[in-house]
Amino acid sequence: MENLIGLLVLVPLLGAGVLLCGGRRLDRSGPWVGTGLAAVSFVLGVWLFADMLGRKGDNRALDVTVFSWVPVGGFRADVGFHLDQLSMTFVLLITGVGSLIHLYSVGYMAHDERPRRFFGYLNLFLAAMLLLVLADNYLLLYAGWEGVGLASYLLIGFWQHKPSAATAAKKAFLVNRVGDMGLSIAIMVMFTTFGTFSFAPVLAHADQAGEGKLTAIGLLLLLGACGKSAQVPLQSWLGDAMEGPTPVSALIHAATMVTAGVYLITRSSAIFNGAPDAQTAVVTVGAVTLLFGAIVGCAKDDIKKALAGSTMSQIGYMILAAGLGPVGYVFAIMHLVTHGFFKAGLFLGAGSVMHGMNDEVDMRRYGGLRSYMPVTFWTFGLGYLAIIGFPGLSGFFSKDKIIEAAFAKGGTEGWILGAAALLGAAITAYYMTRVMLLTFFGEKRWQPTVSDSGSAAEDGNLPHPHESPKTMTIPMILLAVGSVFAGGLFSINSAFLKWLEPVTGHAEGHSPVGAGQVTAATMVVLVIGAAVAWQQYGRSPVPVTAPRGTLLTRAARRDLLQDDFNHVVLVRGGEHLTRSLVYVDHKLVDGVVNGTAASVGGLSGRMRRLQNGFARSYAVSMFGGAAVLIAATLLMRAV
Amino acid sequence: MNPVNYLYLAALLFTIGAAGVLVRRNAIVVFMCIELMLNACNLAFVTFSRMHGTLDGQIIAFFTMVVAAAEVVVGLAIIVSIFRSRHSASVDDASLLKL
Amino acid sequence: MTSLLTVTAAVPALGAVATAAVPAARRTAAKWLALAFSLATLGLAGVQLAQFDPHAAGPFQLTESHAWIKDFGVRYELGVDGIAVVLIALTAVLVPFVVLAGWHDADPLETHSKRWRPTQGFFALILMVEAMVVIAFEATDVFLFYIFFEAMLIPMYFLIGGFGDRAGERTEEEAAAQRSYAAVKFLLYNLAGGLIMLAAVVGLYAVTAHQLGTGTFSLQEILQARAAGRLHFATVTERALFLGFFFAFAVKAPLWPVHTWLPNAMTESTAPVAVLITAVVDKVGTFAMLRFCLQLFPEASKWATPVILVLSLISILYGALLAVGQRDIKRLIAYASISHFGFIILGIFAMTTQGQGGATLYMVNHGISTAALMLIAGFLISRRGSRLIADYGGVQKVAPVLAGTFLVAGLATLSLPGLAPFVSEFLVLVGTFSRHPVIGGVATLGIVLAALYVLVLYQRTMTGPVREPVRGMPDLRVRELAVVAPLIALLLFLGVYPKPLTRMIDPAVAHTMAQVDRTDPKPPVQANDVEAAK
Repeated sequence: MENLIGLLVLVPLLGAGVLLCGGRRLDRSGPWVGTGLAAVSFVLGVWLFADMLGRKGDNRALDVTVFSWVPVGGFRADVGFHLDQLSMTFVLLITGVGSLIHLYSVGYMAHDERPRRFFGYLNLFLAAMLLLVLADNYLLLYAGWEGVGLASYLLIGFWQHKPSAATAAKKAFLVNRVGDMGLSIAIMVMFTTFGTFSFAPVLAHADQAGEGKLTAIGLLLLLGACGKSAQVPLQSWLGDAMEGPTPVSALIHAATMVTAGVYLITRSSAIFNGAPDAQTAVVTVGAVTLLFGAIVGCAKDDIKKALAGSTMSQIGYMILAAGLGPVGYVFAIMHLVTHGFFKAGLFLGAGSVMHGMNDEVDMRRYGGLRSYMPVTFWTFGLGYLAIIGFPGLSGFFSKDKIIEAAFAKGGTEGWILGAAALLGAAITAYYMTRVMLLTFFGEKRWQPTVSDSGSAAEDGNLPHPHESPKTMTIPMILLAVGSVFAGGLFSINSAFLKWLEPVTGHAEGHSPVGAGQVTAATMVVLVIGAAVAWQQYGRSPVPVTAPRGTLLTRAARRDLLQDDFNHVVLVRGGEHLTRSLVYVDHKLVDGVVNGTAASVGGLSGRMRRLQNGFARSYAVSMFGGAAVLIAATLLMRAV
Repeated sequence: MNPVNYLYLAALLFTIGAAGVLVRRNAIVVFMCIELMLNACNLAFVTFSRMHGTLDGQIIAFFTMVVAAAEVVVGLAIIVSIFRSRHSASVDDASLLKL
Repeated sequence: MTSLLTVTAAVPALGAVATAAVPAARRTAAKWLALAFSLATLGLAGVQLAQFDPHAAGPFQLTESHAWIKDFGVRYELGVDGIAVVLIALTAVLVPFVVLAGWHDADPLETHSKRWRPTQGFFALILMVEAMVVIAFEATDVFLFYIFFEAMLIPMYFLIGGFGDRAGERTEEEAAAQRSYAAVKFLLYNLAGGLIMLAAVVGLYAVTAHQLGTGTFSLQEILQARAAGRLHFATVTERALFLGFFFAFAVKAPLWPVHTWLPNAMTESTAPVAVLITAVVDKVGTFAMLRFCLQLFPEASKWATPVILVLSLISILYGALLAVGQRDIKRLIAYASISHFGFIILGIFAMTTQGQGGATLYMVNHGISTAALMLIAGFLISRRGSRLIADYGGVQKVAPVLAGTFLVAGLATLSLPGLAPFVSEFLVLVGTFSRHPVIGGVATLGIVLAALYVLVLYQRTMTGPVREPVRGMPDLRVRELAVVAPLIALLLFLGVYPKPLTRMIDPAVAHTMAQVDRTDPKPPVQANDVEAAK
């Protein structure tokens, strides 16, 4: 059984290798090879899951060491896997949603020039992500962590001929690198504190390390999580990342990779439990991001960017829950899974819409699409209901629990967090209703698309929306089913809680507000949010060009000025720094050397006057020299 | 006879030779003065050899003679070829070999 | 075979002579001859690796020792430890690729006569450098090492000054002037370092002659005498000698602020020669720090550590920032190398097993990754005839294999896990962090900056719309692929399974640590017992 775990990572890796090095022979079969291998890893995952269910609660984890990766002195990093309930959950999510999105991509990328490479990158992503969640030590996790970053870089920049895509890819990688720096320093602190960075020994001894060390590790891990999960202040890359093909946005930038931060924090629960200050930082980041993302999501007219803001905000919920400690870990993961379903579904829906609308992304140019794309409309609609937390659907169960847990934090802090979570729920209802109304309802506001050459085309280029092919609709339907039922299934008998409890531990929170009251409050804000959106976008016609909007709207359109800040402080500052350093290197460091050379040259220019070519003057200096030598010798003798 | 006197003689000859090298312009004369200095040294070597009762000085004197002979061959050849091209044997005229 | 080490160095030397002797018209034969000799050297290096036993007692193996200049106690003493044997292997691996990549770099132009001979010279000089580098890695006699440490400047000088990069919009005269400026700068910098080292070498002789009766340059003899208490350096003497040695190695390495020769030399020389400079010759400098500076002068090394750590930290960040600001592809790679050498020196002077083991591994990995990056950049430049980043764009579309391999080499340069440099960089950082948390933490910034300069370079040259001059650019040819593919395979293999190297390096590093009398800091929490119990 253990060997299967290694195979789980190896299968998609093999797929990536074959597809990327295979050459043009695989151009036609490539998509199906990639999809097939993703499906194989899903089957392997299910097999392992069945096997795991066959064992009892505490005995479910599997460990396997494949080989010793970096053995240097006391530093031992193994390629070893640890499969417990937490990683199992992720394995199923990654391979399951991953396989569906592979299938979807077969249709979506059918007209692309190089689908083979696309599927190679997707398989590479699957392998790296599985490595991330299966690793049994932090260094191997880091390898997967950077690996998904690479896959994300390659996929965001898949349409490299577009400068915007290439820039977005670079930005994503760089911002992630800042987070990765935090993670790598965290590993260094672990190594100096514990002498190892394997999960088992580190987490088992976390309590002996002292709060200071734990807080340091916790904050550094949080930095890593912020980068990968697009949390404030490292969130700026996610919006731009929507330059990638839509299946990528669905798989990597919604369902799986961006949730790695939540995994990291949950996995390191023992560390965070011992470091309350770090936990405070985590919940703060989560709360701020959930509002930040939601506000940004309200202002965007680009359907994918609106959904990206929503992703940020939903991950904010998860981070918030994970920061609450044992009260929240299970709910963080539960929301992660349900979010994986409905957000992937929403993105695929968005992709389907774009597919039918000549790759138009501006929602102000949609409208009235529900009758043209019924399947997309219904699946998107179910995803919409799930994300806003409509009673009975997935999002309802998971989000509600998080809001409850936030209140249960207790004290002023609990009230603030709870209020933030509630406010977030209201805004979520608002912006999702807005997306829904702009896209599928109202009048048709379709515009002729602009061709690649940049000139506005004639009316013949008006989009002809049509339903997408089966390869695309089937995954959408399956994900919609997941969005509807997953939350309910997980909550029967607290099944999900019991499943994860042996790994993450769980504590019941004592909320100052009753569970029923929280649910009621959530319902109220939900209705308010949706109603406001309907008031704005459902009752009156929507202008095709966005109105100027309030100050907040304008700021939110620009990601609340985060990018401008980055641009002015980091980019401009960095440019000045490097330019001045280039100058310093050339003029100062090199100048000193060249100056020395020049002065030696000048000195020898003067010295050479002594060489006048007259043999007798040379003779004089020879005699003089000899005389000096003799005199010196005599003098030394005398002394 | 006191061998030290030979040393005085050697010093005298060397000084004459040195003065000749410094003040005379004719290359041949300068050359002869150099020979004078070399022979002054030889005289000093032989004297020391006598004084210390070892043969080292005499051996070096022979070396010096050999080297001097070789030097004369090369040197005179150079002087002759310079004289042929410039019609002058003045050492100050041959001052082009400088930076 | 007892003279394996001599043979390993002699084969490329013979190859140099043989290549130089090939008649002018048969220049293709000369190329194949050079390739054959470099491959033979590779084979011998393989034999060395096979015969080397990492667990054998004693610091050096395969030793040879003959008296050479008796009056000054100079001996012809060779021997390898785990570090040397790995670096010899690196050299032997890289030179065939250098030869192959430079296949047409020294071909005569149409204006040249039929009797033009420099093609032969180019390859002979490369082999000559290889021979000297190999013997410098093998020498355990300080004087013997010094001779070859300096002598390799001569062929390098001619390689830089004589065979320049033909790219760029400038006249032949301008190119020649810039080339000779770079070559002279290279020579003067390294000679200055070498002369100071010579003084220290003489000083070392004086000390041993004074205290042991007979002067010696033999590393082993000196170490034994010091261990037995017969030899003791006065503090001031030791520091002075250390600085003399270190300065020479720092110039060669190169360490900030004596680095400015490297960008010029790498930019003006052809790509294969640039690889020879940064991946092979410069490694002698960092290697010698480990072998001579630390082992001969342990106390002084510890005394100088803070300053050196700060200098290497500056190198890391400064090199990376300057790389970001470059407009010339080769100059960018040169500054990236300065940053990487900062990491290597940081690791060496962190005085931890991870740091020094990582630094040694870094030397190998940096050699391979920079070779890959530089050679592919060279192929790119040879297609377009310009080194300026701004002259490219959209190459990915027309030459996907070239762009793909360039990206992999670039990712190796930015230390992506799964590729070899990650392992070493992380080891260096962990090793530094465990003793000097602040310096280790700040050095980690280097990984962000590395991502910046690599990705900016890739984005500007390879992505975006296809630029007019790039259109129709051919993809990698078979010869070029034969250079690139094995290097990339090596990067992947060593990234996933570096154990064959660490197995060699570990005991040697332990020996060095013992000489410096340093042990790794103990973690406050003993957590490893859980793993043992598992």
